[in-house]
Amino acid sequence: MFKLFANLEWKSFVRSAAFKQNLFLKIIIGFFAIVFLLEFAGAGAVSFYIIEGLIEDGKITATNPFEVVNKFLIYWFVIDLIFRYFMQKMPVSNIKPLLYLPFTKGKIVKYALGKTVVSFFNILPAFFFIPFTVVLLIEGYDPIGVISWHIAMLSITLLLNFLNVFLNNLNKVFYPVLAILVALGVSQYYGYFDVTAYTGPAFEFFYNQPWSFIIPLALAYVTYKYSYTYFIKELYLDAGLQAKHEVAKTENLEFLDRFGKISTYLKNDIKLIKRNKRARTTFIMGFFFIFYGLFFTAGIYGGSDFGKVFAALFCTGGFLFSFGGLVPSWDSSYYKLMMSQNIPYREFLLSKWWLMAVVTAISTLLSCFYVYFGIEWLWAILAGGVYNIGLNGTVTLLGGAFVKTPIDLTSNKKAFGDSKAFNIKTLLLTIPKMVLPVLIYYAFALTISDAAGFIAIAVTGLLGLLFRDRMFTLIENIYKNEKYDTIAAYAQKD
Amino acid sequence: MIDIQNLSKKYNDTTVLDIESLQIPKGQSVGLVGNNGAGKTTLFSLFLDLIQPTTGHIISSDIRVDESEDWKPFTSAFVDESFLIGYLTPEEYLYFIGELRGQTKEDIDALMVKHADFFNGEAIGQKKYLRDLSKGNQKKVGIIATLIGDPEVIILDEPFANLDPSTQIRLKAIIKELSLNPNVTMLISSHDLAHVTEVAQRVVLLEKGKVVMDKVKDAGTFAQLEQYFMGISELHAVPVEENAAPVIIEEE
Repeated sequence: MFKLFANLEWKSFVRSAAFKQNLFLKIIIGFFAIVFLLEFAGAGAVSFYIIEGLIEDGKITATNPFEVVNKFLIYWFVIDLIFRYFMQKMPVSNIKPLLYLPFTKGKIVKYALGKTVVSFFNILPAFFFIPFTVVLLIEGYDPIGVISWHIAMLSITLLLNFLNVFLNNLNKVFYPVLAILVALGVSQYYGYFDVTAYTGPAFEFFYNQPWSFIIPLALAYVTYKYSYTYFIKELYLDAGLQAKHEVAKTENLEFLDRFGKISTYLKNDIKLIKRNKRARTTFIMGFFFIFYGLFFTAGIYGGSDFGKVFAALFCTGGFLFSFGGLVPSWDSSYYKLMMSQNIPYREFLLSKWWLMAVVTAISTLLSCFYVYFGIEWLWAILAGGVYNIGLNGTVTLLGGAFVKTPIDLTSNKKAFGDSKAFNIKTLLLTIPKMVLPVLIYYAFALTISDAAGFIAIAVTGLLGLLFRDRMFTLIENIYKNEKYDTIAAYAQKD
Repeated sequence: MIDIQNLSKKYNDTTVLDIESLQIPKGQSVGLVGNNGAGKTTLFSLFLDLIQPTTGHIISSDIRVDESEDWKPFTSAFVDESFLIGYLTPEEYLYFIGELRGQTKEDIDALMVKHADFFNGEAIGQKKYLRDLSKGNQKKVGIIATLIGDPEVIILDEPFANLDPSTQIRLKAIIKELSLNPNVTMLISSHDLAHVTEVAQRVVLLEKGKVVMDKVKDAGTFAQLEQYFMGISELHAVPVEENAAPVIIEEE
């Protein structure tokens, strides 16, 4: 029985679309996976000593490194959960064909849940915790306490693993929770409220009271049992295995008709974002980028001009980069229709461009709160916004023309992301997006003044606007040249 | 008038389509039959310039489809679900196609009323997105969408498959009515010989990418087609005697 399941699993892995890509990509993906594992293992081995050094230098006030790690563990697990939520695939997809075969349902569920345990997301934390625990033992911490702590950490990892099975269906819970956590993180950073003051001792408790690892272990077991019964109940075509049906509402959006011809596509694009999980996630995450700049307001980049320009581009352009980079893949599931209908590429692209321009303008307005950190921040944000709308919008569309990854609109889970979306051409096109404005800034800021630097960025953006139509013609030609390849690529299913 | 000359499509030396010459006069409705792999969908994809021909070309109303895009305004097609936009409601989809083809919302509303019997109380007004409809109901929407904007060339790939019996009967009526219109040329493929011989004025039979039969429909067409396909299946049948000892043959 196990052999059969293992065989199925192996075939689904080797024959998956992600694996079938060319050898080069396979090596890259494998390379990154190994680098990740090694980095985590390395972090586990040396973080203790690094923190120790920082404490001795007085950069961190704490009595010992273990305390510091416990303090920040809450964020570790939060990030773990967020990554799982977005990337970890739920095991329901391959279950349908097994249903009528002579297995008990219990076996199918155990197999599915067991599959989630051997995922990259559980192996990665182990690579951190095991070396870290070894270091703790070497450094003379109480062995029984350390082992209790270690089991507790791995139990929490498993707990999150099973928890994610449920979270998956709870969007309404996820985003508010994410917002609260970001707020907590920011408030800790600025010293308003420190959540770790409460969670740190909780993690230390597992060390101080060696019996207490039972608690997370039991919790992990309970969530496992719960997900087991939950899955068994859901193992019907009209229950958990059914695709979710939303109640549809026909929308007019006639107010957009004033945009003329492109309104036809604009209306569709807005529905695309509203009604598809993947697109919606991209849209919402685009707005979270607004807070990205906070990392640059202090710390190593604090006050540096490089940080300001870079942050401004990200804060205002989050949606532009994440959504625009995947045009026309958003329309991949009905690309044949688009290609056989009476659709001029230019209008199709222009509608996407306007969408990006409007959202970028809104992001720019929202980002203006950075003026709190100094008036130069406002100049940077405004210049970045103009540059993003003027030049980066078009450049991003240009990059998208080379991307041929079909997008499954209804799901937002893809382990390792869309590896196909990264290729040399798109990589090259990030240079004008990110590096050019920084260079322009320095060219003028060092020779004339900071203000001139910001003005130069904005002027480059405006120049981009002037040449927009010419660049659109170029993109149009690329679309035409790549048409048949794109259709063929989009016809491939995962 | 559709003119196909020397059209072929090869994938790695495998020829999937090879048509020397095929002309379809304006207003004719042509039924395309053939087993799986005969090249029907390939022909349609070439027609819509979704794939490139290896040799030759298709000319539709004096426009070479792989060189100009001017055939798009007067051509409509429903080949498979990738012609539907899953996250739209059926109404929104029809309005969208309508806008692309220069129709007003009122025109589309009128079209939906006209074909209310075709939808059979399903598909339209169901508060569902297209992606959540059954295959049959998706197909209904796709087929009606091809009627928007008075197209002169209509391409339907297996329109009868997945349709319920009532809708099949209504679809036949719609196609027959269109085939009386001298401006509308139709290309319809089907595996159901009875449907094809009922609605088409001319039947083209494809086998392994080649045209093996091409004739104007008459009373005997159905019997001829049935005879032909029975012949193909007998050709591939393994005779009983040999079937008994396949291992020995292998060893030789």
